[in-house]
Amino acid sequence: MRVLLYISDFIIPAMFVCIILYGLMNRVKVFDHFVEGARDGFTTVLNIMPTIIGLLVAVGVMRASGALDLLVWLAEPFARRLDFPEETLPLVLTRLISSSAATGLLIDIFENHGPDSFIGRFVSVMMSSTETVFYTMSVYFMAVKVTKTRYTLAGALFANFVGVAAALMLTRQLYS
Amino acid sequence: MLNYLWAGMILLGIVVAAFTGNIPEVTQAALESARTAVNLCITLLGIIAMWTGLMAIAEKSGLVAGLAKRMTPLLSFLFPELPRGGRAMEYISTNFMANILGLGWAATPAGIKAMQEMQKLCPDKTRASNSMCMFMIINMSSLQLVTVNVIAFRAQYGSANPSEIIAPGILVTIATTIIAVIFAKVCERRADSA
Repeated sequence: MRVLLYISDFIIPAMFVCIILYGLMNRVKVFDHFVEGARDGFTTVLNIMPTIIGLLVAVGVMRASGALDLLVWLAEPFARRLDFPEETLPLVLTRLISSSAATGLLIDIFENHGPDSFIGRFVSVMMSSTETVFYTMSVYFMAVKVTKTRYTLAGALFANFVGVAAALMLTRQLYS
Repeated sequence: MLNYLWAGMILLGIVVAAFTGNIPEVTQAALESARTAVNLCITLLGIIAMWTGLMAIAEKSGLVAGLAKRMTPLLSFLFPELPRGGRAMEYISTNFMANILGLGWAATPAGIKAMQEMQKLCPDKTRASNSMCMFMIINMSSLQLVTVNVIAFRAQYGSANPSEIIAPGILVTIATTIIAVIFAKVCERRADSA
């Protein structure tokens, strides 16, 4: 299991080496393209910035008013039975609906529990292996005007449920 | 959807605050959160720009396209209805590869084109074909290997090792994708035999 943590340390440097070497071998102007791509990323972040501001304000209001605690309190009996960290339930559910709203809640958890806490690590892994089901479905199916989506939603929800459960089990294995 | 979610969060918060007497804290939190959001975006700017820069090299050097092409055998197992080497396959492989590398902006347009190509081959235009279901379920099972955003936020909040979650994340991502494929295949069989 420890191997997983070593691999984590090497992935980003390894990607740098592979991509830059491949670029050089194909006589690509690596730095020029890097700068160009970085500029794209820059604009992407600037474009999502207003969304993040709006959602962080909403999460901040929920946190300060006690509404978030209320939701956690409501989820508690249910979560306890499944041995699930109840503080993460709002995030797990929001994750299915909106990626940016989930980001707001993720940041709230990092701020209140720390990224290196058990909960912080669990949500980090969970966020890496789940997807915004409802948004993705509506974008793609609307694009082709398909209304009968058959077992798609069931499959997507099932895969995400497995992702949450697996993230929880793996975090327990690795860090406790 | 997000409109209601956002409005609901704020309204619920203020209603609860009125009962708990936390109204002054709410004002404080709203202002504070807006400021935090900007700080976070500044961290994100650096890390995301670095990542998209690196990925632009991968794209321009033909690495992404090359990897996408290698997926063909796997794709014909996943999408037996689709013609080998057709446009639908091409868009699907681009979409998958872009998702795996975390290139969200490149994944969505290719994904929509893939859906449109599959729609052309679909007899009933309002009902999703097996290929569409398979494509959508895999897409929503999460394919991204390295979630740079999460790593960026972990770094911002002082994690001792922000990238330590990469490998566990990859492991779970692989597991969910396999589960998703099995689920879709089982449903396909059932639908076809019914």
